[in-house]
Amino acid sequence: MTAQTAPSAADYIELVRRRRLYGTILVVLFFVLFASGFSVAETRNAGGFLDGLHRIFDFPKEIFSEAFSNWRNLPSRFFAAVPALIETLNIAAISTFFGGLIGMVLAFLSTRGLALWPRLTPVFRRIMDTMRAVPEIVIALVLIYLLGGGPVPAMIAIAFHTAGALGKLFSEAAENVDLKPVEGLSSVGGNWFQRIWFGVLPQVAPNWSSYALLRFEINIRASAILGFVGAGGLGSDLKTALQWGQGKYDQVVAIFAILFLTIMIVDHLSDRARRRLVQGGTL
Amino acid sequence: MSAVAENFDMHGTTQSIMASFRFRKWRNIAVPFGILGYLVYVFFAFDLAGLAARARPENAAILLGDFWSYKTHVTRDNRSGEVVASIEGERKGTYPQGQWPEWVSAGSDTEISLYGGATVHFIGENNALIDVPDFGEIATEVQGRSVALTLPEGKDIPEWMSVSRNRVSIDQGDWRFSTTPARTEVFRYQPGWELFFFTLESPFYGKSFGELVALALWEPRVSPESSNFVAMVEGFWTNKMWRHGDVAWAMGETVLMAFIGTMGAGMIALPLAFIAASNFAPAVWMRLTCRRLFDFLRGVDGLIWTVILSRAFGPGPMTGALAILLTDTGTFGKTFSEALENIDTKQVDGLQSTGANMIQRMRFGVIPQVLPLILSQLLYYFESNTRSATVIGALVGGGIGLLLTQAIITQKDWEEVCYYMILVVLTVMLMDTLSGLIRKKFIKG
Repeated sequence: MTAQTAPSAADYIELVRRRRLYGTILVVLFFVLFASGFSVAETRNAGGFLDGLHRIFDFPKEIFSEAFSNWRNLPSRFFAAVPALIETLNIAAISTFFGGLIGMVLAFLSTRGLALWPRLTPVFRRIMDTMRAVPEIVIALVLIYLLGGGPVPAMIAIAFHTAGALGKLFSEAAENVDLKPVEGLSSVGGNWFQRIWFGVLPQVAPNWSSYALLRFEINIRASAILGFVGAGGLGSDLKTALQWGQGKYDQVVAIFAILFLTIMIVDHLSDRARRRLVQGGTL
Repeated sequence: MSAVAENFDMHGTTQSIMASFRFRKWRNIAVPFGILGYLVYVFFAFDLAGLAARARPENAAILLGDFWSYKTHVTRDNRSGEVVASIEGERKGTYPQGQWPEWVSAGSDTEISLYGGATVHFIGENNALIDVPDFGEIATEVQGRSVALTLPEGKDIPEWMSVSRNRVSIDQGDWRFSTTPARTEVFRYQPGWELFFFTLESPFYGKSFGELVALALWEPRVSPESSNFVAMVEGFWTNKMWRHGDVAWAMGETVLMAFIGTMGAGMIALPLAFIAASNFAPAVWMRLTCRRLFDFLRGVDGLIWTVILSRAFGPGPMTGALAILLTDTGTFGKTFSEALENIDTKQVDGLQSTGANMIQRMRFGVIPQVLPLILSQLLYYFESNTRSATVIGALVGGGIGLLLTQAIITQKDWEEVCYYMILVVLTVMLMDTLSGLIRKKFIKG
């Protein structure tokens, strides 16, 4: 055995120096990329950054000053927005529900060790990737063309995306399950469905519910945005109010407020629920 | 053992187990019923029964047909007698003078061969002769402001024909014919996306792949100014029908929006996260202010930010990038500060014991611990924001989102919608793979 030359202090310093150099180059490169990207985006924008910066608060000021001068209208406007809010929430809930169901099936079909047809797991994974990658707005707009406006196109669009997104998270969680119950069930002759239902689902239920809750939060935002392109709910009302412009700003403020409040409340509730789910097991 | 047995309350345990069973039994019935009830409610709230009335299945046929096929129009102006062939009836897709699709033979009369042996002859300025196998020859003649129709002897108007005083149209699925006093037209459907690579006026139009390779590599130059390969790339890039150059720019804009939004948010959120983390906060009020700021930024939805920012900056990619930046600053602020709260303080203590100052402690004690998490978060959001940027682009008018909504609103360029969708999906999947690779290889966070 030939004695290897021990790494000397000089080697170490050399290594650190080289690493630092690479780090610096990367950071400089990143900032150059960022700055040039920003300037490209700015030149292709209608208004410049510095021109617009002092105008950011003009619009909020305008709508708030009008809304406050008509403050008497606000409570009634607020309540008038409630049906639209319920529609937005319904879209989010139903699309989370159906998306979650489809995601469950996809997750089981694409998880190694649990899949019904193990050969096909890559196929189902690609399907989920594609479902996640298609932006909701595209599906919604196409469906509005086919089905007319209303909540259904938004629901299908969000559910489609949700199925892909939840399917991936579900399958990641299912990959880590303890396979002993599954083996036990198959040793007593349980079929695939029974193995999944009694062996896997109880293990993944807390994690999966927590993911689904998080998705519900995201879907509320998505359904508000889709309303903006004609799919019903708060977004459509907001769009009509904004197009009307002055004179309806109190309605704009009411919708902003109700959307903000809902998101905050749901955020808070689902945060707490998820914390309990992950720690305590059940809701 | 005996101690356990003495304290073991058999009765109580049984009761609590039974209670839990009863609860479960009740829950197992109640939950499905609750869900079913909600579904019934939504069925009526969404007016699903009325959906059938509102749905337009004929639009679906148009859309699906357009996704994978195109139609070529052969049009005769009945006043001048001039015949023009064009793809999708667009000016940009019009065949130049003297150039025809191979199924059209232009002479004194124009003969158009269609599927299944059917032919259409444009004769003179007013007459057309349509030969449909198994049916016979149909003749039409434009007489002033009306159209006269002659069917083969002994035949009635079939269901694929619609006839009125000033219009005769035939719909055979893969081809259509229509004549009005103003013009006589034939539409022929073919699979594929025509002119995807080169438009009609390009010298490379209609060449097979082998011919193109030969042209690019060793054949003489088609045009003297540039080599064939450069000319091909240029012809593709500036294709007027599909505008590949513009589309690539738009896609780049969308990725750029996601990049600036995510990275900018990360840069702003990191210092603020230190203020908001309980173990680094300089003062309680500053910590709470920062937390509320994060909540506010996240809670005011991307939609609202988009509306407000478009008023200030006008439409464009920067507005979209800033909308992403604001929302994500809130998200990052929260996750980063939570990560900072969970660090191991031993490293920081060790550095402090060697006399390191505040900045050095941060740089060498804290950042290395949270950096993997921060980087992987940034990458993950960059990837998911590429998709959000498409949606936000549609709202603020920038990037591929704008092109997509424009193409959808015209309600006829569905092949373009399909093209953009495929592009978006491929880009998002590419980003997904890349970020996954980087995270696995370099960060392992």
